[in-house]
Amino acid sequence: MSGGVDSAVAAARAVDAGHDVTGVHLALARNPQAYRSGARGCCTLEDARDARRAADVIGIPYYVWDLADEFHAGVVADFVAEYAAGRTPNPCLRCNEKIKFAAVLDRALALGFEAVVTGHHARLEPAGRLRRSVDLAKDQSYVLGVLTATQLRHSLFPLGGSTKAEVRAEAARRGLAVAEKPDSHDICFIADGDTQAFLRRRLGDAPGDIVDGDGTVLGRHAGAYGYTVGQRRGLRLDRPAPDGRPRYVLSITPVSNTVTVGPAAALDVSTVYGDRPVWTAPDAVDCEVQLRAHGPTVPAEVRVTAGALTARLHRPARGVAAGQAIVAYQPDPAGDLVLGSATITATAG
Amino acid sequence: MAYLDHAATTPMLAEALDAYVAAAREVGNASSLHAPGRRARRLVEESRERVAAALGARPSEVIFTGGGTESDNLAIKGMFWARRAADPRRTRVVASAVEHHAVLDAVQWLADHEGAEMTWLPVDGFGRVDIAALEAALDEYGDEVALVTTMWANNEVGTLQPVTGVARLAAERGIPYHTDAIQAVGQVPVDFAALGCAALTVTGHKLGGPVGVGALLLGREVACMPLLHGGGQERDVRSGTLDVPGIVAFAAAVEISTKGQPEYAARVAALRDELVDRVRAAVPDAIYNGDRDDRLPGNAHFSFPGCQGDALLLLLDVAGIACSTGSACSAGVAQPSHVVLAMGADEARARSTLRFTLGHTSTAAELDELVAALPGAVERARRAGAIKSARS
Repeated sequence: MSGGVDSAVAAARAVDAGHDVTGVHLALARNPQAYRSGARGCCTLEDARDARRAADVIGIPYYVWDLADEFHAGVVADFVAEYAAGRTPNPCLRCNEKIKFAAVLDRALALGFEAVVTGHHARLEPAGRLRRSVDLAKDQSYVLGVLTATQLRHSLFPLGGSTKAEVRAEAARRGLAVAEKPDSHDICFIADGDTQAFLRRRLGDAPGDIVDGDGTVLGRHAGAYGYTVGQRRGLRLDRPAPDGRPRYVLSITPVSNTVTVGPAAALDVSTVYGDRPVWTAPDAVDCEVQLRAHGPTVPAEVRVTAGALTARLHRPARGVAAGQAIVAYQPDPAGDLVLGSATITATAG
Repeated sequence: MAYLDHAATTPMLAEALDAYVAAAREVGNASSLHAPGRRARRLVEESRERVAAALGARPSEVIFTGGGTESDNLAIKGMFWARRAADPRRTRVVASAVEHHAVLDAVQWLADHEGAEMTWLPVDGFGRVDIAALEAALDEYGDEVALVTTMWANNEVGTLQPVTGVARLAAERGIPYHTDAIQAVGQVPVDFAALGCAALTVTGHKLGGPVGVGALLLGREVACMPLLHGGGQERDVRSGTLDVPGIVAFAAAVEISTKGQPEYAARVAALRDELVDRVRAAVPDAIYNGDRDDRLPGNAHFSFPGCQGDALLLLLDVAGIACSTGSACSAGVAQPSHVVLAMGADEARARSTLRFTLGHTSTAAELDELVAALPGAVERARRAGAIKSARS
């Protein structure tokens, strides 16, 4: 229970469904003092208090579990290391993979609980199949696609059949004070929302060149980790492109500490490679793939072999960054079905 | 339902509750000059005399406060400021390493904001203050010590402290001594004058009185600057309109609990010993912390190897058993016990603690509930603990 509206309503629905529910709030900040100073995100005293009040209203026990060490190692350090390696991580996905449905679930199972209930917007069928939420704008199946069948067997997502508006209305009806609390958007461990400054504090200045496809130096950067494939703003190039069109980040090469830029057309990729696939479908399948959170889907043929995934896109996609997840869906009027996912390692034009 | 957390707070005695309700029905500010004010004042002064008589103090030495934390803060900060004002060299506070946070954090605040020097006294493996270390500290820093503060009995592991020895060493050097006796009053004999200390903290809700009222016993000749300024109530040391119902109920509880202390201690200690035997039979590798004999009658404190105390707490809570890990938490996050760490234990043992505390309503049936639930809870907490240690 983060202290937000979704987990509060999810807990209440789990109680209504007859489960014996205990509310757990995760303390994720390493320095307990941060709870006193944190202004927003999921690690503040105010959020912990909101979660406690929601548990009181629902009538369930409430505990705070200290997973700060696990969160730091599995999510924060991973986030920094991924940027340092020229990739673009998704920390919410990593948190689901390493914390909520791993450290928390393992501990819960050992203590005698049967499942972890969260307020994620996704539908989970009793058979363990994961589908998009009915509220496509709030759908979070992308950040859950990384979960294995075993993890999903011990998960409950009671909100997948409701829109966010319905969840808020229900929270108000249930007397939960968090009904009108704004959605969280930022990365919870970067309280001021300034990811660049956060990375600079941890990785330091590492100046290098911004080059074009021929290796011509177009400008300088203070740290290649500050760039994401597809990025256009903030490049501050010394020289305009010959064609006068905007330039985009095409790739980041940590070894040479260079950021390569080029025209928009050069961003197009038609093949996506991934590793660590979690897969529930046949080894070769025509489906739709989603390449970033809240991104559009693209039709593709996906092949999965031991430890690797290859997706041939039926039409090019832009802004595909290594480190993000590729999540495959089977389109379905009853809610697109998640077939599996992998972490993007490389792309080809 | 088994309530095994009387050291956190214990049910109000019927006499205290009746006294509270009766007083709360009346109007009258004890500082007012008219008849209702005089009636309220009379209740306060009768209460002051009852508290003084029960604890071996003079009525004028009883300062009513809003509870234990306030009394501790008033004693430590107020005596520190007064001593330093009289002699600027006296800026050192000598305290034990196993004090409650109301003392620890007040001392630390003086160090952080008022330039106080600190000497933390070590404890032995039972959590008992090292008297030799105190003597050495007083010999070394004699002229610069503002005050000594050590608790009467430890709130976590229940160990009784050598307060008589501390008081004698401090008195020999003319250094004021404050003792936090919150866990002791009603549990063991407490006599302010016989001890010969400068100040003593007591609070209501640990002995059958209401929450939010307590007292600082402050020697008549002891200088203490106020924390709260205002109407000048309570010897000008503690301003604020007097809480007449709270004070009346507090006095009733102090009187009853100290009068009945010998019988109470015998009965509750016997029940506690039964609890300890049954817990050890149920969980043979449980470690019983603190002194076997020289401890509070209602306190039983264990480490359960391989478990996290907060996991055990959750599981016992689900089974209808209320107890405590014994240690403080920050924003709900369990911290390893500073008391158990000071006793020389490693962090795993300091995180694996549970405190069971009995009181005036405790029954053997509650022990039955505990031992029925405990082995299963320990087994599950061990499984969860094994995951945690495998990951880290």
